[in-house]
Amino acid sequence: MSRFRVCIVDYKVGNLRSVENAVRRLGYDARVSDSADEVRRADALILPGVGAFGPAMQQLVASGLIGPIEAALALGRPLLGICVGMQLLATDSEENGLHAGLSWVPGHVRRLRPPEGFGVPHVGWNDVTVRQPGSPLFSRVEAGAHFYFDHTYHLECAPEHTLATAAYGVTVTAAVQRDRVMGVQFHPEKSQAAGLRLLRGFFMAAGAPGPAPC
Amino acid sequence: MLKRRVAAALLVSRGLVVQSLGFSRRLPVGRPEIAAEFLDRWGVDELVLLDLDASREGRHVSTELVARVAAASNVPLAAGGGIRELAEVDALLRAGADKVCVNHAARERPELITEIARRFGDQCVVAAVDVARVDGAHAVWCHVRRRALDVDLAAHLRALAALGAGEILVQATHEDGSGRGFDVALAQEASAAVGVPVLVLGGAGRASHFEEVLLQSGAACAVAGNYFHFTEHSVTTTKALAARRGLPVRVDTAARYADSAFDADGRLEKRADDALDAMLHVRIPKEII
Repeated sequence: MSRFRVCIVDYKVGNLRSVENAVRRLGYDARVSDSADEVRRADALILPGVGAFGPAMQQLVASGLIGPIEAALALGRPLLGICVGMQLLATDSEENGLHAGLSWVPGHVRRLRPPEGFGVPHVGWNDVTVRQPGSPLFSRVEAGAHFYFDHTYHLECAPEHTLATAAYGVTVTAAVQRDRVMGVQFHPEKSQAAGLRLLRGFFMAAGAPGPAPC
Repeated sequence: MLKRRVAAALLVSRGLVVQSLGFSRRLPVGRPEIAAEFLDRWGVDELVLLDLDASREGRHVSTELVARVAAASNVPLAAGGGIRELAEVDALLRAGADKVCVNHAARERPELITEIARRFGDQCVVAAVDVARVDGAHAVWCHVRRRALDVDLAAHLRALAALGAGEILVQATHEDGSGRGFDVALAQEASAAVGVPVLVLGGAGRASHFEEVLLQSGAACAVAGNYFHFTEHSVTTTKALAARRGLPVRVDTAARYADSAFDADGRLEKRADDALDAMLHVRIPKEII
């Protein structure tokens, strides 16, 4: 296993085991942790999350980890938010009332309002269109690859921060990036080879070693 | 564009994946984590792990088994069998499941669905419904008491969705192990009744059955158990063929069978000898992620 250290921020929300399994499969040192010290020592951070925005944000605030994560970002460590973990990066969310987010990627989390015939939530495998060529996240992903989505809300933000979109009657924000802060609405840890390739791109941009030669 | 899903059911009895016939006879296949690993590599869109004995034996699907299957795959995993309590759901999600299937407990205590949806989100709860054909009509079937329930199917499905079920898995028990094809009428009835995605299970016997049920009904996902075992690349070839016939499915695997020939039963045909000879010296690089 490589010494590249990935901290999966544990603020008691969601299925962390799958993210941990995926990072381990790539050969990195995955640590699921709620310790500020672990956040400080990580080479890259993952902010997972499922469920509703409000309780997730409350839990993150209660964990006391926002300060240490900001400190890690200031040192140039990258962060990847997954699903609700990506939505938390926004300014605010309209899910069950208005809730303030982290404001690391300016934008608003709004309910998907697709036309008749498209059910909400948006569940299943959808292909994405990369809007910012050259981004590390999609550098190793094949064109037209599919990812597994499962969500009712998405992050609406400025085009310069919208990394990729998916078509579902409306344009769904699939991935965002502002400097070292990145987020994906889909679940790379559940998206087979395409998901692992995306994670590999994220870690390699942070200085992680590439795939082991065989 | 959102794709229609092709999922595999891992039916587990006494710790082994089995093929199930007529909802009663079982043939052993092998260890669940090995089956999960193969199906994942072959590009299955989802795994549904169901412990067939749990409800009757008064226990729930083993978290240790779920952890092994989750570690062997990276694809959405739904786990079901004997789930009654929120604490069990919590333990299964922590073990690596993404969703849970509730069946018997939701008939006894429907609020369970609402409780799971409130706590973990409605994407997390799949209501599983067994259906039998009784006097030519579809009836909700209780596998524990082995009798049909006196409820209207469409109303029952709508009630489950209203309780908070994020998806509904409809199993045609009368087609279990038949290989005759999915119950298309049931898939139409179920998907017309509710707005949430409907998954259909039971009866798959050949590749064409998947495109048949998905093109002729609004079901989001066709699930098969027996069909995917014992055939190399079964998921990949099934999806390759369905895509060729116009079904929007995801074919992202390294092997895509884009120019392969299939016979009338949807089985891969052997290539001509000279084509195989020519392939002898073609080096196919290992997929490196």
